[in-house]
Amino acid sequence: MATQTEIRDPGTPQAAAAQDVMIHAEGVIKTFGEGAGKITALDNVTVDIRKNEFFTLLGPSGCGKTTLLRLIAGFELPDRGQILLDGQEIGHLPPYKRPVNTVFQSYALFPHMSVARNIGFGLEMQGRPKAEIKTATEEMLALVQMEHLANRQTDQLSGGQQQRVALARALAPRPKVLLLDEPLSALDLKLRKEMQIELKRLQGETGITFVFVTHDQEEALTMSDRIAVMQAGCILQVGTPKEIYNNPARRFVADFIGDINILEGELQQDGGAVLLPGGASIGALLPEGAARSGKVSIAIRPENMGLTAPDAADASLTGEVTNIVYFGAGHNVHVALDGGGEVLVRRAQTDAQVGAKVGLAVPDAVQVLVD
Amino acid sequence: MAERTPTQTPATVASPDPAAPPPRRRRRMKDLRKQPGFDTMAWFCLFCLYAPIAVLVVFSFNDNRSVVRWTEFSLRWYRAAFENDGIRHATWISLQVAFVAMVFATTFATMAALATTRVRAFKGQTLTYAVINQPLMVPEIVTAVSTLAFFVLIKQVTGLNGIGFLMLAHTVFCIPFAYMPIRARLEDMNLTLEQAAADLYGTPFQVFRTVTLPLMAPGIVAGAMLAFVVSLDDVIITLLVGGPGETTLPVYIFGQIRRGITPEINAVSTVLLGLSALLVSIFFLIGNKRK
Repeated sequence: MATQTEIRDPGTPQAAAAQDVMIHAEGVIKTFGEGAGKITALDNVTVDIRKNEFFTLLGPSGCGKTTLLRLIAGFELPDRGQILLDGQEIGHLPPYKRPVNTVFQSYALFPHMSVARNIGFGLEMQGRPKAEIKTATEEMLALVQMEHLANRQTDQLSGGQQQRVALARALAPRPKVLLLDEPLSALDLKLRKEMQIELKRLQGETGITFVFVTHDQEEALTMSDRIAVMQAGCILQVGTPKEIYNNPARRFVADFIGDINILEGELQQDGGAVLLPGGASIGALLPEGAARSGKVSIAIRPENMGLTAPDAADASLTGEVTNIVYFGAGHNVHVALDGGGEVLVRRAQTDAQVGAKVGLAVPDAVQVLVD
Repeated sequence: MAERTPTQTPATVASPDPAAPPPRRRRRMKDLRKQPGFDTMAWFCLFCLYAPIAVLVVFSFNDNRSVVRWTEFSLRWYRAAFENDGIRHATWISLQVAFVAMVFATTFATMAALATTRVRAFKGQTLTYAVINQPLMVPEIVTAVSTLAFFVLIKQVTGLNGIGFLMLAHTVFCIPFAYMPIRARLEDMNLTLEQAAADLYGTPFQVFRTVTLPLMAPGIVAGAMLAFVVSLDDVIITLLVGGPGETTLPVYIFGQIRRGITPEINAVSTVLLGLSALLVSIFFLIGNKRK
């Protein structure tokens, strides 16, 4: 699994100019344990994280996203491969020599220090003058709106407040990169939504590169400039939230993010079109390096499918409505295809009836998946 | 510091979970206490534990030479004990030995605790724990005899002598007692805190000084207390290893007993008991703080 499929936005040149790259990981391999219990946490990972971007590592638990974060922070050392930070090799430096700070999942605030001393800790360790530490701490307290709690002990704070202190503490030394290890997972839904917006604001105001780890696809889509979807120690696809959502290159990426219909088809015209089971032929979007003929899987989002009459000109597929589920913002229409299989169609309004024969309209071009 | 700002209320709703388990645990304890005969059994056990001590303490205040027949309240035996040169000398030796043993045993125990908890799991870790705690299992008389033989050998070869040998022996058997609470404290401590400090540019020494040491301090103090008490109370090893003039308080009491029990011994024992109880209480108070 050494190859990687990456869809880049058309305007960007293949290799982003070196001065735009903040973190460059090259061929990183990391294993834990020995013998039969050996686990490959990262399997030859190569990725570029750009300056001043909100970059998210997204994947299910055990996919290696936290390991990659810990390698960048220096809590683990790679078995093989390089990690460059702003052009400097840092892969084997101890954590305290890396201009990178972490917001931990458990926050890891020092319980024997006040909020203010927690925030100033990084600068204190760097041996900065007292006056500078004081100014920076006050600035950070203001940034996360915690001025009134400066002298509290950390165990007197709520979860959301601890979160803000952890952020302020990690931002105070002005690191080149801020690493966030599922920092919102301990918060309730409402607070989590607030903090998502807050994090995005902080990233914009500080101009620091954020690397965010999460297993929550909605969180990733909401906050990120770019997302890397990971599975089993590999990065499957890197792209903007729109690219990842609309043009998933891999079956796993398509499945992991949102609802999606996966249909079988056959490539035609040297990969320019795909033949659907019903006989209709539509345009094909091929991922880089995919085969240009043969049987393939294609992916269509439920909201990109339309319902028409079975004999209409734009009915690429036909089937029978089996169920209609109302969910507030719209309807999920389940359709059993005439050729076998089932698809989901999402419409704001629908006059379809259960048991009725319908035609399905699909986009002009559909995404072809690689397994 | 304790007042709550009104803005805090919506945020504190965040964690209902941690509040859930305690009621169940409380109910289970109540159930146990409702078992028939629980109170009787508990009081009987406590009586067996403390009745002899209570008798000792009571008769230390008796204005009479007898330790079984009460006449009148008096502090004369405390005065007698205080004016007894033998007791004063033994107390001074005891405190010296216990203090030195406490300082060194706690230092070594702290280092051992750090070396066995602040590292990646290594082969033979369990064996290491066993070896460090072994002195608790070896019969004390065996330790005493072997230490005596070993010291005689060293004394013959080097010609050295003195109270240092007794202090060394005490240091050694105090180490496992100091080690236990320190290790327990370190195992409770979240390793992420030290990682966070390192992440925030703390060198290994800075991390130790600003995070690890302050957080493990309660464990160190508890370990030191325990080491001090254990050294203060020891008889067997001191009896064998201690040279002439190196009589500690428990050994002095032991020697006096052979000439018959006097209320003076009761008084000294009561003082020793009070001191031990005080230190052990501090040990438990510190242990329960900041959990």
